[in-house]
Amino acid sequence: MSTATTAPAVSDTSQERRQLERTWSDPPGFYGWLISVDHKSIGKRYIITAFAFFVLGGLLAVTMRLQLARPENHLVGPDLYNQLFTMHGSTMMFLFAVPVMEAMAIYLVPLMVGTRNIAFPRLNAFSYWVYLFGGLMLYTAFFLNSGPDVGWFSYVPLAGPEFTPGKRADFWAQTVTFTEVAALTVAVEIIATVFKLRAPGMALNRMPLFVWAMLVMAFMVIFAMPAVMLSSTMLIMDRLVGTHFFNPAEGGDALFWQHLFWFFGHPEVYIIFIPALGIISSIVAAFARRPVFGYLAMVLALVATGFTSFVLWVHHMFATVVPGMGKGFFTAASMMIAVPTGIQIFCWITTLWTGRPVTKTPLLFVLGFFFILVLGGLTGVMLASVSLDSQVHDSFFVVAHFHYVLIGGAVFPLFGGFYYWFPKITGRMLHETAGKWNFWLFFIGFNLTFFPMHQLGLEGMPRRVYTYSEATGWGDLNLMATIGAGLIALSVLVFILNVLWSLRRGEIAGDNPWRAGTLEWATSSPPRNDNFDFIPAVAAHEPLWEQKEEPAKTVGLSTEVREVLITTLLDARPDHRLTFPDPSIWPLLSAIAVSILFVGSIFTPWAVVWGSIPVTFALIGWFWPKPGKPKRTCRWKSRHDP
Amino acid sequence: METVHKLSALAYPVAVVLLLSGCEREERRFREPPPATTAIESIRLSDLQPGVPTPAPAIANPYEENAYALAEGKRLYSWYNCVGCHFQGGGGIGPPLMDDQWIYGSEPQNIFATIVQGRPNGMPAFGGKIPAYQVWQLAAYVRSMSGLVPKAAAPGRNDGMSVKKPEASVKGQPPKKTGRPP
Amino acid sequence: MSGFRQRPFEKGIAQPSRSCFEGRTAGGIALSIASSGCSGIQSALDPAGPQAAHIESLWWLMVWVSAAVLLLVTLATLYAVSHGRQARGLDAEPEATPDPVAERKRALIVAIPVGMTIVTLFGLQVASFTTDRTLASLSTDNAVVIDVIGHQWWWEVQYVETTPSLRVTTANEIHIPVGQPVVLRLQSNDVIHSFWAPNLAGKKDLIPGHETTFSFKADRAGVFRGQCAEYCGYQHANMGFLVIAEPPEQFYAWLKKQRAIPPPPDDPIRQHGQEVFLASTCSLCHTIQGTPAAGKVAPDLTHIAGRQTIAAATLPNTPGNRAGWIVDSQRIKPGNRMPPNPLTPQDLQALLAYLGDLQ
Repeated sequence: MSTATTAPAVSDTSQERRQLERTWSDPPGFYGWLISVDHKSIGKRYIITAFAFFVLGGLLAVTMRLQLARPENHLVGPDLYNQLFTMHGSTMMFLFAVPVMEAMAIYLVPLMVGTRNIAFPRLNAFSYWVYLFGGLMLYTAFFLNSGPDVGWFSYVPLAGPEFTPGKRADFWAQTVTFTEVAALTVAVEIIATVFKLRAPGMALNRMPLFVWAMLVMAFMVIFAMPAVMLSSTMLIMDRLVGTHFFNPAEGGDALFWQHLFWFFGHPEVYIIFIPALGIISSIVAAFARRPVFGYLAMVLALVATGFTSFVLWVHHMFATVVPGMGKGFFTAASMMIAVPTGIQIFCWITTLWTGRPVTKTPLLFVLGFFFILVLGGLTGVMLASVSLDSQVHDSFFVVAHFHYVLIGGAVFPLFGGFYYWFPKITGRMLHETAGKWNFWLFFIGFNLTFFPMHQLGLEGMPRRVYTYSEATGWGDLNLMATIGAGLIALSVLVFILNVLWSLRRGEIAGDNPWRAGTLEWATSSPPRNDNFDFIPAVAAHEPLWEQKEEPAKTVGLSTEVREVLITTLLDARPDHRLTFPDPSIWPLLSAIAVSILFVGSIFTPWAVVWGSIPVTFALIGWFWPKPGKPKRTCRWKSRHDP
Repeated sequence: METVHKLSALAYPVAVVLLLSGCEREERRFREPPPATTAIESIRLSDLQPGVPTPAPAIANPYEENAYALAEGKRLYSWYNCVGCHFQGGGGIGPPLMDDQWIYGSEPQNIFATIVQGRPNGMPAFGGKIPAYQVWQLAAYVRSMSGLVPKAAAPGRNDGMSVKKPEASVKGQPPKKTGRPP
Repeated sequence: MSGFRQRPFEKGIAQPSRSCFEGRTAGGIALSIASSGCSGIQSALDPAGPQAAHIESLWWLMVWVSAAVLLLVTLATLYAVSHGRQARGLDAEPEATPDPVAERKRALIVAIPVGMTIVTLFGLQVASFTTDRTLASLSTDNAVVIDVIGHQWWWEVQYVETTPSLRVTTANEIHIPVGQPVVLRLQSNDVIHSFWAPNLAGKKDLIPGHETTFSFKADRAGVFRGQCAEYCGYQHANMGFLVIAEPPEQFYAWLKKQRAIPPPPDDPIRQHGQEVFLASTCSLCHTIQGTPAAGKVAPDLTHIAGRQTIAAATLPNTPGNRAGWIVDSQRIKPGNRMPPNPLTPQDLQALLAYLGDLQ
């Protein structure tokens, strides 16, 4: 029973193909959708859910902008406004930005590395349900007037038991727990997929830059997320059972929270940014009609950015009592991280310069990224200086900065990625003219909204203010920002309409509408259930460009059970076969049990004890060993078989 | 699949609308008339009544389910110097407030009356010095010290020296009216 | 407040000079940002002291460097996508394996902007550290020492003296002498706040459990507004303060006046006003020296009439505003700690008359 890497086999047994398709398909109907462990199905629902949260977060933002459009406005009072900005930040950071990037990884990484499913498929399903339930919990709390009102980073003592009564901050803390569990599990799956499930011949230095970016992100998630899980747990314990982690009078420290949170919080923004860099690399290569220049430099830049992002966190605390000498170190590190990002930008510009760029909508979003992200990065260098930061910290200047780097650095590439991969996911192209309208409305609206905020910050307008007086003179710039926000909303509406229209009437895409080079374009659009009938064998960096004949194939995996090929870490030589799980209800049940435990522990510590019982049962059901299924292998005929 | 998505898309807003009836625990009311200011007239200190006893009017204090009001009560307990005599509920110069012995009654209106009217042997009369709604907040907080309010609304620990369990962790103590002034 | 010119107060706190806000076009905005004359009483771009001035210089250096970088990158990008070579389109053959010799040459060329980036960042870092050191080296000889304690949502200000009877306690308004360094000792009574008067210096957080000092100096006289810059609850938006820099003689005269205890009122209306103050809810929270009212949890009102603003630099200090604040502060700053005080009209007028005399 061996697998053989062979030249294109005679794929003549259509019956075997149908069997393979059946083996990898979900049961029909709603129940089949519930129990699916297919990375494409889960990836799609993850993307749609994250996008729904993006729209919700955007609506919150528009409400805030309407309140701030005029001085001394009475649209929204202070209590609701505080909930609005907290929900906006928490939604965008925890419920949209990280999940959507992980969702792109869930969908695309297995296709790009040439395998049938993501590693740990049931854990993948579990992750989605936990994420969904966490988001639902937060919004339910918000609609019950129990939405958190302490800011998305929830500083103590304001978020502590004395100054935020009720359960608002507890809902925030548990949302963090939900989303961090979801993110950590996906990170583990990505690393396992990238390390062990690559197609034979896809050595580490032949991996697409997108896959490298997702790998770096996944490692960052594993190292960064525990800090915030720890701090949010400590916060809940302070509030629920009266511990003193953050109580200075009893030996705790308010700054302790900031250190723990920002040790997570700074890598968090790079967790959002680095996958976007991967998306950019994919788009630039396809639309410049050449591989990205400087592959080794690009990979090292990604890794360097990932590492360096862990030593920047105190730049969020420059106004505190941290000693000046210590702050200086973080100034140096915060400026230094611009170097690997700069290297990446120069390499992309070189790619475009020496290639033959085709300016379709995905590339337009990339160009938008260049301008906005570089501007945001430059204000970031300004903020890295302790002295300058002491003026503009916690003002609208910072609001401008982080929206430039997050929207320019992550959302623009994401939209570019949507336009780029929509044909692969759905089989139809998005409308190109609508795409250009989408882009220009977004670009103009974005700059109109956020550029004036630099000036507002310098003129003394702090963050998180629900109103300001007429005499400050901030009214005109705020009005301009609100108009820009309306344009952004319009552009997102254009996108949604484009998607809805194109799902039915879009031009049929075919396998590779962009004539791109990476493996996800080697399968049908949308991909078959099994992704590839034969696991491809990779001999080059851009397989579809360089392997002129149809890419070589690997034969020998069973068609009757869900088998995948495990390869070695560095060179991706075939190592062994592994049977992946069939669709299962246990991830959903486990997620429900875990959610009950988490939500219950907001109200009583006993929930941790009693809630463990359903979790235990669910996990027992999940891991209950199943009898091995009989399987036949080596049924494919090839030219070389006797 | 499409039907599933459409149905689930509908179900959520419907549920939300139903639940939008609001959550009393989390209301933050900054300007509102207090529950009752004239209730004080119907409060009885003596159990003895001529003829058939008139039932006492039930005056619920909605602040007892409101986390913000209880937190305000806790703040005012320090600000208006209740700690000066009652300390953090353990009593000292004044009687303890966290136990199950209630000299003048444990109902919200009894506590309201005690604060507003004052009591023999040292309890000042705060009527006219503390607005009525704040007295109700204080009354709610005093009841929380014996665990008589819902746990989810009761305050947690203070940011300060820790001298007692947080009110949210206190076991409920069914009140006993002792009727015996100190 | 006699003598020196201030900006006139009308509806709001002050009318900032509008020199940089003419022309609301995009060009006007761009110009206004580029111009060096953005003035205002709450602006980092209108320094009134050395700390803010050093930071402003660093700001302009960084703006020009950043603008140059952004321009270069934008031009390079636009050129890269627009300079035509061969036929385009997605059907064009991709250059799957670019010529290694050409790629090496390109690598050497790309090394140039990379090197320039590193050099530029290094230079900016040196500029930043230089500014940090300059700010830290402000001499604090002969400084006026002031304790600033942050409350939700007002600023308690205490002028530090070794002799207790010389201490001055006020709220939301800090007078400082021009040309003399000021050292603020910052503490918080409850949550984290942040002291930020952009015309004078950067900000410093007030963190419970961590007392810290913060020094600056004013080089010219003026009234400068600051605001809390760390989200601290419902009325974070309205937690402002004024820093009033005045010539040293005026400052010391003001300090002396602050130390004086107001005499008891001598006419019946004001006496009734004082009774109202002492007999109703006010004295439980506020202090007026020379009276039994000694509440410590709210701003000291001993010299309330002499301040330019009330409600933490939110309202000009006029009798009408004082009346509105006393009767229903929750309408002005919902969620703040002062309860509404429904008073009869006679009591209110008497109280206002009494408070209006507390200069």
